[in-house]
Amino acid sequence: MKKPRKHPATFVLRLYISDSTVKSERAVVNLKRVCEEHLNGRYHLEVIDIHKQANLARDEQIVAVPTLIKQLPLPLRRLVGDMSDLNKVLFGLDLRMQEQ
Amino acid sequence: MKKARQPNSKTLQKALTGIQGLDEITGGGLPSGRPTLVSGGAGSGKTMFGLEFLVRGATQYGEHGVFMSFEETIPDLTKNAASLGFDLNELVADKKLFLDHVHISRSEIAETGEYDLDGLFIRIADAVQRVGAKRVVLDTIEALFAELPNPGILRAEIRRLFGWLKEKGLTTVITAERDRPDKLTRHGIEEFVSDCVILLDHRILEEISTRRLRIVKYRGSTHGTNEYPFLIDEQGISVLPISSLGLDHPAPAIRISTGIARLDGMLGGKGFYRGSSILLSGTSGAGKTSVAAHFVDAACRRGERCLYFAFEESPRQIVRNMRSIGIDLEPWVGKGLLQFQAARPTYGGIEQHLLVTHKCVSSFKPSVVVVDPITNLLMVSTLHEVRSMLTRMVDFLKTQQITAIFTSLTAGSGSLEASEADVSSLMDSWLQLKSIEVGGELNRALYVLKSRGMEHSNQIREFLLTNDGLRLLDVYLGPEGVLTGAARVSQEGREKAAGTFRRQQMEGRGRELDRKRQIFEARMVALRAEFEVEEETIQQSISESKLLDEELLQDRGQMVRSREADASAYTKEGSAPVARRR
Repeated sequence: MKKPRKHPATFVLRLYISDSTVKSERAVVNLKRVCEEHLNGRYHLEVIDIHKQANLARDEQIVAVPTLIKQLPLPLRRLVGDMSDLNKVLFGLDLRMQEQ
Repeated sequence: MKKARQPNSKTLQKALTGIQGLDEITGGGLPSGRPTLVSGGAGSGKTMFGLEFLVRGATQYGEHGVFMSFEETIPDLTKNAASLGFDLNELVADKKLFLDHVHISRSEIAETGEYDLDGLFIRIADAVQRVGAKRVVLDTIEALFAELPNPGILRAEIRRLFGWLKEKGLTTVITAERDRPDKLTRHGIEEFVSDCVILLDHRILEEISTRRLRIVKYRGSTHGTNEYPFLIDEQGISVLPISSLGLDHPAPAIRISTGIARLDGMLGGKGFYRGSSILLSGTSGAGKTSVAAHFVDAACRRGERCLYFAFEESPRQIVRNMRSIGIDLEPWVGKGLLQFQAARPTYGGIEQHLLVTHKCVSSFKPSVVVVDPITNLLMVSTLHEVRSMLTRMVDFLKTQQITAIFTSLTAGSGSLEASEADVSSLMDSWLQLKSIEVGGELNRALYVLKSRGMEHSNQIREFLLTNDGLRLLDVYLGPEGVLTGAARVSQEGREKAAGTFRRQQMEGRGRELDRKRQIFEARMVALRAEFEVEEETIQQSISESKLLDEELLQDRGQMVRSREADASAYTKEGSAPVARRR
């Protein structure tokens, strides 16, 4: 578990899923848990189903699903997968300095 | 998802690509509703292949398309397509084409577990639906391996994608990069495409680039198995079938003049057949271009179009040089009847030349084509390839009923080059131009080695390149062979002298005869005079003796009367003994 910065930034996260596949559902559950545990109110998460919004997928260059885009704080990061690998999720969100 | 394979015993539906020549060798295009893998090295023309497949589909066959670009951005793609003469923006605006650039930067990506390619599926499905597409191009999907983690998942997803495309009945072209000769694709995705695999190749042989296309497999269809040369230019891709068309071209009986009256005379008085192919071979400087220029000039005078492929001289040089023998080609160029296509043979591979020929012929529609000289093509290729190219070219020109003249440079004098002998069987007529060396000078001679389907002279003719064209002369055959130039002139002199001598001799004999006749006549007069004198004397003596006879008879009568004998009895008895006594 990592020390938050002095002025912890608010995380802006977008999770792109498709329909309600098992992977997508798993990703939503996993991500929400991570956010609750590590960001504790300092986040804004939007879950977007691209199934009916192909243009969004195009604009955001979504190829793999699920894809999580961390828009803020910078740098922008993309996480692909069902978010089941906690270490990689935390590392990807810059909540952990190195992969364990 | 299941393996992308559906056993189908029905006849295979094909989708025309509209790519020149490809539909011929595939027997009607790519398998309709199935994926086709187009593999090739960097710069082998995969993207162009995909683009043209879509553009032709949209513009010619009413099948709209989706282009998923995994490498090039859409502005780059549009620009590249413009170089082939395709306006993608217009097609996109007309909703005939949908372009999508798929790009993810690897540096931003982290893998956190299982994923799928639903994002891609959704984008393709949406694009297909938007334009009502029947055709899809994925260029180059393997780029995803560099962008997404976990190749295992990716491979499975790509396989699922191909299956899905097939399920949707989309005719798909999947391009793939080939980086090793023993594999078709970098990541082995060819195993997911079982229907049709096309290999593009761009190789440099002796500094000359050649593009080739081969159909590696085409399930459920016969296809050409050769390597076919192809070209990419302003009009897109053209593939050249090597064995073309068979031998069913028309054979017109129309004859056209060579532009040299006496040469027409050597060819049964009428010249070549229209649509025939003519080989003009000869040593350098033998006058091949001049003969060809005469033919071109004659054709233009008839108002026919001529296409001149110059591999040795620039058009201006040809025009200038031909002016020196009194042929002015410039007006024909001005009138648009004559078109030059000049290029060094090394400018491109052999198939490029063939393609250029095809294109020029198709657009200019000439009646006469000159290729000067074909031997220069050997510089960029092997004899075998040149022969195969010429076969195709001759066939092509014949089907268009275009008369073609090929000049060929013979290296040595006398014996025929292997290339000539090899190529000559393709030709209907073969004129051999020769430099003959006699008495320290070179003179030009011409003869008709063969000319199918017409009677032709077997004579060797000397010709001169004069200020007003090529002039054929008779050649003197001396004991040592053909006499030309100065030797011919001196032979002419000798013959003239001999002629004079003979004439003098003849005149002398004539005079002698006259003399003899005069003598004879004089003698005849003398003899006649003599005869007349003799005749007179003889006549005289005859009449004298006649007179004498009569007198004798009278005398005898008087004597009888005077003896007063029995006159009648006496006469009887008397006359009888007289008769007896006589």
